[in-house]
Amino acid sequence: MTKTKYISKSMTRKERWNLFWERNRKSEGYLLKKKLGRFVYCVCRAFLIFGLCFLILQPLASKLSISLMEEQDLYDRTVINIPRHFSVSAYQIAWDMMDGIKTFWTSFYVSFLVAAAQVVSCTLVGYGFARFKFPLKNFWFACVILLIIVPPQTIITPLYLYFQDFDILGIIGLFNNGSGLNLLGSLTPYLMMCLGCAGFKGGLYIYMLRQHFRNEPKELEEAAYVDGCGRLRTFLQILLPGATPIITSCFLFSFVWQWTDAYYSRVFFARAYGWTLVTNRLTSLVDRLDAEYKAIYGQSFQIATAFGQQILSTATLMTLIPLILIYVVAQKNFVESLSQTGIKG
Amino acid sequence: MAEQKIRKRKKKQKSLARGNAIAGYLFISPLIIGFLLFLAYPLIQSFYMSFCTVSPVAGHGFEFVWSGLAHYRHIFTVDPDYTRLLLEELQKMALYVPSILVFSFFMSLLLNQEFKGRTFVRAVYFLPVILSSGVMVGLETNNALLSGVQDLIQEDTNGTSITATLESILLQGETGNKFFETIIQIVDEVYNIAIASGIQIIIFLSGLQTISPSMYEAATIEGCTGWESFWKITFPMISSLILVNVIYTIVDFFTKSDSEFMDMINETLLQNFNYGRVSAMSWVYFAIIIVILGIVSLIISKRVYYYD
Repeated sequence: MTKTKYISKSMTRKERWNLFWERNRKSEGYLLKKKLGRFVYCVCRAFLIFGLCFLILQPLASKLSISLMEEQDLYDRTVINIPRHFSVSAYQIAWDMMDGIKTFWTSFYVSFLVAAAQVVSCTLVGYGFARFKFPLKNFWFACVILLIIVPPQTIITPLYLYFQDFDILGIIGLFNNGSGLNLLGSLTPYLMMCLGCAGFKGGLYIYMLRQHFRNEPKELEEAAYVDGCGRLRTFLQILLPGATPIITSCFLFSFVWQWTDAYYSRVFFARAYGWTLVTNRLTSLVDRLDAEYKAIYGQSFQIATAFGQQILSTATLMTLIPLILIYVVAQKNFVESLSQTGIKG
Repeated sequence: MAEQKIRKRKKKQKSLARGNAIAGYLFISPLIIGFLLFLAYPLIQSFYMSFCTVSPVAGHGFEFVWSGLAHYRHIFTVDPDYTRLLLEELQKMALYVPSILVFSFFMSLLLNQEFKGRTFVRAVYFLPVILSSGVMVGLETNNALLSGVQDLIQEDTNGTSITATLESILLQGETGNKFFETIIQIVDEVYNIAIASGIQIIIFLSGLQTISPSMYEAATIEGCTGWESFWKITFPMISSLILVNVIYTIVDFFTKSDSEFMDMINETLLQNFNYGRVSAMSWVYFAIIIVILGIVSLIISKRVYYYD
């Protein structure tokens, strides 16, 4: 009986080649067919994956290349992706147009507060749903689902009016000559909504956190209870440290989505005096640019579209840079936390 | 003595359950307050407003005058845009949701395989979840200056689009024009589909990873082909996630704020200040979402297979 030979690293290339053909002959051509099929499949898959990655990255890449061009390159038909005259002046203009530091700082501050408020309330609620039995639990959970599916447009009008004349059961009115407080134009209304889990995508965070706490072993808490630890302390000292990754990613999600959110920003912050966020600036950027140039060169002046587009691309890129940084650092965190959500539906 | 002990224990159990209930309510109290103040109340209010004419009163506050179904009648019979945009939105949904699901399912199958650079590819696919949210989509077409030029550019570059050429060839045939049109529409929208399916891909992927490899092994030994094991193992095992993803996709589609329909609502709200009509518009929309979600989840949940 001959010993079966396998391909090993110590063989020379020629030996391996011979061995492969020998095995192929023994299997009556099956091995070759299989190998070829596998190879073709891998190539096709590589093309497909590359193409789809390109699809997603291309807009970013083109924004980057446009933002680095000088204005004359924009009109040059021979310049396609790589700028002939490098320049960072577009960044300077975009930065000035967006009010640079002030806007970014305001946006950061607002997003941070919103994310913190959302995470605190949603963690509590998520834990409550995961671990305690109480009457009407299913009803309240249905409310969470409702929070997810009600489009903000449906409730924004009453909310707007409500915050214009804010009052809880007429209590404030007693001290304020029968009228409520006008809270619009400050951060308070939206922060209150976030603390009440009714902020942007609040329901989703509750769902994610509940799923996480449900998967934690029950023994942890039981041991704590046996040792005489109260419910709140068990939660704070035993479960909270273990939930740091998911809480972090909820925080980051909330931060990122608030950063790019245009809707709530427009309704709650845009008209108020100081609260100009990145997104507000971004949507009105080209019009502002136009106005600026009109002020300098007179009313008949109109900025070139390509130039406007370039500044807009640059500004968008600048807005995205913090998010991309966050994503690169916390990528694993994001993906894993979402994976947990899926399990057990 | 023993009886007393049992009674004592029962009492203790009861108090434990009560303590749990109280603690549970305390933990979810932010939700209760938030739900009542910022969701239930506005929702009811907007329902009421949709039957009223709302006009601002000098000084402060608003006056509500009951006007019955006038707003509903107006949006359905007088308003030229409302029904058109609503139907367009629904039509789009019927096309989008299945495409997104198929695409994300397919992608998650691909990404579940071993190949070099998988982590990188996954990171790229997940990127849109962050980058395409909120204001980032449709920014280019959002301002007056650029939207006009967009068409010009498109006219200028004709002949370079593969799908357009393909479309003109395929549509010369007599049969199946509608079918080809739909397919080409989907292909043209592939970017939008790809960037809308980040979360769905992750959810499917996590489901695929929980299926134990021994199942496939057993199937292969029994002579199951890859195709068969896909339909008999993979598909049933993640059917519950299909339900989750369908619901997520539908909700995501309807609540995203950059569609034409939403623009119309915002315009009516912020420019015309016609609060009553806006409420009627968005309530019809909301009711339709609920009905669609109900029907879809009812149909799918009957076919979902739970493995325990």
